[in-house]
Amino acid sequence: MAEKILMKGNEALAEGAVRAGCRFFAGYPITPQNEVPEYMSWRMPEVGGSFIQAESEVAAINMLYGASATGIRTMTSSSSPGISLKQEGISYCAGADLPIFFANVVRGGPGLGNIAAGQGDYFQSTRGGGHGDYYTIVMAPNCVEEMGNFPRRCYELAEKYRVPAMILADAILGQMMEPVEFDFELVDPKTLKAPDWALGIAAGRERRIVRSYDLREGKLELLNLERMERYRKIQEKETLHENRQTDDAKLVVAAYGTSSRIAAGAVKMARDKGMKVGLFRPITLWPFPAKALAAIAEHVKNFLVVEMSMGQFVEDVRLSVCGTARVDLYARPAGVPSADEVFTEIEKVYQGIR
Amino acid sequence: MYQGIRISGFGGQGIISAGILLAQAGMIENKHVSWFPAYGAEMRGGTANCSVVVSSDEVASPIVARPDTVIVMNEPSLAKFEPMLKPGGLLIINSSLVNSKPQRSDIRVAYVTCNKIAEEIGTTKIANMVALGAFMGLTGALGVEAISKALPKVFKRAKPELLELNVQALKKGAETKIS
Repeated sequence: MAEKILMKGNEALAEGAVRAGCRFFAGYPITPQNEVPEYMSWRMPEVGGSFIQAESEVAAINMLYGASATGIRTMTSSSSPGISLKQEGISYCAGADLPIFFANVVRGGPGLGNIAAGQGDYFQSTRGGGHGDYYTIVMAPNCVEEMGNFPRRCYELAEKYRVPAMILADAILGQMMEPVEFDFELVDPKTLKAPDWALGIAAGRERRIVRSYDLREGKLELLNLERMERYRKIQEKETLHENRQTDDAKLVVAAYGTSSRIAAGAVKMARDKGMKVGLFRPITLWPFPAKALAAIAEHVKNFLVVEMSMGQFVEDVRLSVCGTARVDLYARPAGVPSADEVFTEIEKVYQGIR
Repeated sequence: MYQGIRISGFGGQGIISAGILLAQAGMIENKHVSWFPAYGAEMRGGTANCSVVVSSDEVASPIVARPDTVIVMNEPSLAKFEPMLKPGGLLIINSSLVNSKPQRSDIRVAYVTCNKIAEEIGTTKIANMVALGAFMGLTGALGVEAISKALPKVFKRAKPELLELNVQALKKGAETKIS
């Protein structure tokens, strides 16, 4: 279809959002995601959209609240500490059923951490993140091409269910260059149907209100129950995952994002040595592909989780296999394992399997 | 086929762009490629380095921890990257600026007077291309043709005359032999 372009992950992410119809970006600088606002600063005017370098992360996310309330496709991006600052606003968007899109190009943490890659924001991303009872759709690319192609899916899901959607990347995915081929045609935002809740000129129609609070007795719970039903549908219908060589496997490595591509290299090394090892990679982290993983656990009794955090993702793996398989953990909190190192861990676990 | 490459030197020597050029050329030859920069708290005149992978298979990690080839363009890079090189790996040294000798005896070493050759062609700006030429000549990993095609894609605003000098530098570098 399109020609392959060598792009940086952050640029692919920004271009992917623009191609998907994003016409409003507000952000605040932070390494390692600075190429996103930099790219948007010239690309947005080019397509007739708006780029705003906000005075703070908090301002940026609240600008998204306002822009999204008018029904257009919006984006903000940041890295770990900056995303923490945005959490209040993200919670407000979730409460107001606004389909905002944002990306977290994760760095090492906690605190200011460092500017290298990490996966320490898994809990924050998959368990809501801000205050209150809500979820965000979380997609986890593992290559630059997916950085470019996932924004469109995020917008579509976010709008379909009226929930915020995000891309959970990391410093490696943001900074590296790889060939990219966009798998979708340019979206002209004018062709998108205006949502029936969007604010605008109210002449000739009922007044619309977008807000995240309801003080009327019992109303908030009803609203939350209705939202809970939408979450249930998302969990039922919208999971994405990738299985590699899991059918005959004795050991399956589970990993997402950057860890999953490194793990794939290690799995290949193991297969070359005749070891029956497979790979499970969730592409959506919320909704988590629990059923797909449970299906593997029906015949695979050993899992090795590889994550660049202390053991966050492993909890979802354990919940999914629900005690039917042994789950080991290779944790590298704010460290990037090499394929060789992952292979060594695979060997250790594999030798213990009878 | 797998080539993990580390290129290192001063900021301003074209280290980062040489890496991008390699990745772009690999892509033109339909290989799997990745490029990853060192992007710490860098400063003008400080050191710069990047990782490039050119492979017939998917790239696992874009960070090349055990390179097949290391290109060192300045003195401090030698001490930093020589120990990482795989046994039997190739070390390309810009002997115009690097006076020290490598410590290891289990590697192949090519000395290239990158700055001197570049200056003879017309400008020291293309010393990085001499080193890339040496890499291509010694490994056969990528053809001069692919790099030549990649040049205008990476240096979009460069004048054709300058691109031509780059090609000359590549060709001259490709004549490098391991002594």
